[in-house]
Amino acid sequence: MDWIVILQAGVASGTVLLFATLGEIFAERSGVLNLGVEGMMLIGAMSAFSVAVKTGDPWMGVLVAMLAAGLLSQIHAFITVTLQADQVVSGLALTFLGTGLSLVLGEGLSKAGTVALLPAFSIPLLSRIPLLGPVFFTDQNVMVYLGYLLTPMAWYYINYTRPGMHLRAVGEHPAAADTLGINVYRLRYFYVFVGGMLAGLAGATISLAISPGWFSELTTAGQGWIAVGLVIFAQWDPVRGAIGSYVFGALRRLILDIQGPQTLLWFANPFYYNPYWGFFLQMLPYAFTVIVLVLGSREAVRKRLGAPAALGLPYIRGERGL
Amino acid sequence: MTHPPDNPEHPPLVVEMRGIVKRFPGVLANDHVDFSLYKGEIHALLGENGAGKSTLMNVLSGLYRADEGQIFVNGQLVEFRSPRDAIRAGIGMVHQHFMLVPSQTVTENILLGLDDPRFLLHLNHYHRKIAELAEQFGLHVDPRAKIWQLSVGEQQRVEILKMLYRGAQVLIMDEPTAVLAPQEIEGLFETLRSMTEQGKSIIFISHKLQEVTAIADRVTVLSKGRVTAAGQPMAGLTRRDLARLMVGREVVFSLEKKPQEPGEVVLEVEDLHAENDKGLPALQGVSLTVRAGEIVGLAGVAGNGQRELAQVIGGLRKPTKGRVLLNGVEVTRKPVRFGIDLGVGYIPEDRTHVGSAPNLSVTDNVIMKKYRKEPIARGWSVDMQAATRLAEELKEAYDIIVPTVETPARLLSGGNLQRVILAREISNNPAFLLAMQPTRGLDVGAIEGVQRLLLAQREAGAAILLVSEELEELLSLSDRIYVIYEGRIMGEVRDGDIEKIGLMMTGTPLEEIEGGENA
Amino acid sequence: MPDFALPFRIKAEPRLDTPPVWYTWFVSFLAIAVALFLGGIVIALAGGDPIRSYIHIGKASFGSWGVFSDTMVKAIPLILVGLACTVAFRMKLWNIGAEGQFFLGAFGASAVVLSGILPEDASRWVYIPLMMAAGIVAGALWGFIPGYLKAKYNVNEIISTLMLNYIAIAWNNFFIFGVWSEGGFQMSKTFPRNAWLPRLADYAKEFPALRGLTTHLGLAFGLVAVVVVWYVLYRSRWGYEIRLIGDNPQAARYAGVNIRRNTVLVMMFSGALAGLAGMSEISGVVHRLQGAISPGYGFTGIIVAWLAKLNPFAVVLVSIFFGALILAGREIQPSGVPKMIQGIILVSLIASDYLLRYRIRIIRTTQEA
Repeated sequence: MDWIVILQAGVASGTVLLFATLGEIFAERSGVLNLGVEGMMLIGAMSAFSVAVKTGDPWMGVLVAMLAAGLLSQIHAFITVTLQADQVVSGLALTFLGTGLSLVLGEGLSKAGTVALLPAFSIPLLSRIPLLGPVFFTDQNVMVYLGYLLTPMAWYYINYTRPGMHLRAVGEHPAAADTLGINVYRLRYFYVFVGGMLAGLAGATISLAISPGWFSELTTAGQGWIAVGLVIFAQWDPVRGAIGSYVFGALRRLILDIQGPQTLLWFANPFYYNPYWGFFLQMLPYAFTVIVLVLGSREAVRKRLGAPAALGLPYIRGERGL
Repeated sequence: MTHPPDNPEHPPLVVEMRGIVKRFPGVLANDHVDFSLYKGEIHALLGENGAGKSTLMNVLSGLYRADEGQIFVNGQLVEFRSPRDAIRAGIGMVHQHFMLVPSQTVTENILLGLDDPRFLLHLNHYHRKIAELAEQFGLHVDPRAKIWQLSVGEQQRVEILKMLYRGAQVLIMDEPTAVLAPQEIEGLFETLRSMTEQGKSIIFISHKLQEVTAIADRVTVLSKGRVTAAGQPMAGLTRRDLARLMVGREVVFSLEKKPQEPGEVVLEVEDLHAENDKGLPALQGVSLTVRAGEIVGLAGVAGNGQRELAQVIGGLRKPTKGRVLLNGVEVTRKPVRFGIDLGVGYIPEDRTHVGSAPNLSVTDNVIMKKYRKEPIARGWSVDMQAATRLAEELKEAYDIIVPTVETPARLLSGGNLQRVILAREISNNPAFLLAMQPTRGLDVGAIEGVQRLLLAQREAGAAILLVSEELEELLSLSDRIYVIYEGRIMGEVRDGDIEKIGLMMTGTPLEEIEGGENA
Repeated sequence: MPDFALPFRIKAEPRLDTPPVWYTWFVSFLAIAVALFLGGIVIALAGGDPIRSYIHIGKASFGSWGVFSDTMVKAIPLILVGLACTVAFRMKLWNIGAEGQFFLGAFGASAVVLSGILPEDASRWVYIPLMMAAGIVAGALWGFIPGYLKAKYNVNEIISTLMLNYIAIAWNNFFIFGVWSEGGFQMSKTFPRNAWLPRLADYAKEFPALRGLTTHLGLAFGLVAVVVVWYVLYRSRWGYEIRLIGDNPQAARYAGVNIRRNTVLVMMFSGALAGLAGMSEISGVVHRLQGAISPGYGFTGIIVAWLAKLNPFAVVLVSIFFGALILAGREIQPSGVPKMIQGIILVSLIASDYLLRYRIRIIRTTQEA
């Protein structure tokens, strides 16, 4: 096993989680919990692949994926922001809807054959840095590099810009923001849309870059849910979200690769000789997500950190006793 | 529409509201209300809870839209679609519940919603600007501090600064003194006066007569959504006049309380320490006793540990040190139901969020403390017929106005909901009753009813601890009053000396006050 | 004034009363109708014929006693899983893990047969109660994990139950592919006859009319469970606590209800019901352990519970409706249609709740002079 290759692939695979996690951080920071990430990712993956097949242009696929998932997210925004329904149930419904829609519209797509994928390349100077260069900057997909850019941008945007300040205010104390003329509803729609677009981007990254193709629900295999879990672990901070995503990506890669070689650290590889033991390896990312949640919630208790104060609550303006 | 010329005897009119009507489902909150404000005056808007004061001002500040009526600002007809429009026209409101984002800094809170800065927050630049503005009006606060780190008085200053920074010429203060200690109130009044001297106009919403007489130049009184006194100069109005205008009838200022010897000690709190939700010390060695057949008041400005004390006594919060005894039995560090079984009645301060289950029926709400015991419980089951019977009985006995006992609690008015909670807690004949702000937010009739029920319990021999921020209520109901400040008991008052209570509420221990007198 | 104004405006006012029962039903039917209409549009867009699809669904699931019996077979696990979700949702515990608990229930029941603790020819009276017990216990255990994590560490149960779904599938696969694999195939051997739940068709000799009817004893489990769940939720002290916590946890704490203990117990109860569903499916329909034992029953159960407005009796009706959709959906092209229609129905149901909470008024705007 080549550890560099595993880490390199792990970063690539983590990029998918990264986009979805960042998107969910934006939505949740505005006070809207969107559990529909998995559904939006599936729509993204399906429409990206489908458009790339039809047009031959993967970039067109990415664009359509982001718009389609963003559009889907607006159903959630309408139900929770305007109709003030329960965000948990609506998010679940969105996942059902996204999954079903992508299955119906993606019918037959799994046999579509090969398409033009998003390009991969090395960064000239950075790739020569020992250790970091091969892992982060060699033969990576363009989406991976986009992830490197997006993370600090998201962090800076949320903490040090005016719209970011408004975003935080809307998620923490929407009534206060409203009295100062900030349109709570519009911002929540907007950031749910941003979250949807990023989930769509995550989906497109799977189907057009990381593990190309359309394999119905197996395309995402629950990564959308892992992303929702990572947001809690990340304490709604993009940088922590990125770290979590890459660690998880590497873990997923490791599980795939560990079953390959006959020997593991000079011992016979039990997963090679008993292939069905691999099912226990397959459990690991999901088990880790739960463990990460335990750690995250303990830390939150200790440091008294918390979710955005208005997360999950509909904002009703003009209510008596406001 | 043309605007009538200003009366030359008066300073110019800044705001004029004409024929404002605002309806809520089932309520006519404002019924053709007229209101006017002169430049540089403090205009009190007086009325009971629910009289429509806040609604009228929410209309003026753009939060609500009136169903009918017009608003003129500096003689111009305006239409506010949002608070932003109102602020642009120079009208800013300081809400009773502060509209501040706790996790953000003072500067961030003030900059929220403004067009400048455009994109990047150059925080140092704005810290300086805000510090200067604060200096000009004597509103001292650190612009870099996060809101949750500030005291209530400081947060109020941030709210005022927020409006001044936006160039507000008219400041609406919604019950600004409700959260302040008497001495802090004096400071606020000085700030208000300094603002009017610098040309600002202030609308002061209150239901407290003495404050209105102390600060206002003119007063408008609302009663049940209608104006009963329109912009009358304060000179020549007595408190009694104002009270009559507010309620529409003479108010009785005292309740009948029979003299009565208290019995055995029922509640004993010994050296209690506890933390608040943020993990900061909230109680720092509280000791007090309550005897059978007496009402003991606990006075203090909100947020000085009253809530935590009540939660520890009710078993909802574990103390870090000390204990609570009920008839000699320790109830601290025991499950909540242990105290309930020993006869603790507890009227929580938050009726809707703690005291009741909004979507469950009135029946389900009245059996909250009884469902584990006969006759409501029958083995594993709840006897729904017995529960319904009980609910019907309580509905009769406590005048709960509700179509059927199957109605969900959320559809009850505040007064009715409070009667449900009182019925539940009192019908157990509790040995000890903890009443947190039992009359807050109720109208005068309902307040009187609640107070009579408490007095009846006292006569029946219950030990009652009454926690309230209304000094008048504490003075008229209590046999003695403890004062709490920053989690410590400052002292005990038996003679109702309001000045002493005020001093203790701001942190002067009783020994110091009496020491000073003796010296 | 804006230059252009509609002659009326729509205003939503919060309801100050509870809407009548017929209105609640009407709104639910309206939501389903709208959902089927929208679903039809998507089917048409994907190149299908919506009307023919719907007619086909109707015929394929209610057209004869035979297919209706098959519909009931699909409805059985939905009833049990729908009840599992009903119990948990009543306490606002979002158990999304019924699918995993279903798998574990199936595993538990299979273990009774496949582990060899019973002689091959053991009686039906030994097999079936033991399999039921094992399915219930396994499902309850799988519910215990997220319940405990929630009570002890405040771990979000939505995520943990979902993750446990994936783990449960991998767990079953380990046994299907490995331990109990029958001759290298990805399934176990077929259970002995005595480990099968009796079907109506088994009595065709005595009652010829029953010939070919596949409905099995699991239906009785489901109907008994309906009554049990109704009693627990609406007539028992425990149910009172569950409803109180679900409506207002702070009030429940104040009333002396132990929330942590109930969190664990309710998750276990919920898991047990889903586990029983898994047992009933494996013993009543599949008769062996294999990978594809659920077309997403655990997830459909969420929609069933929601559409039934957490009313245990309504769960039965709704389950039959969705059972029909699943049964007929197998033959419809494109194959994702049932899942998509479920999604659309859930979305429009949630949206329709607004009509129950608000009164919609159309107000004529009069021209101002």
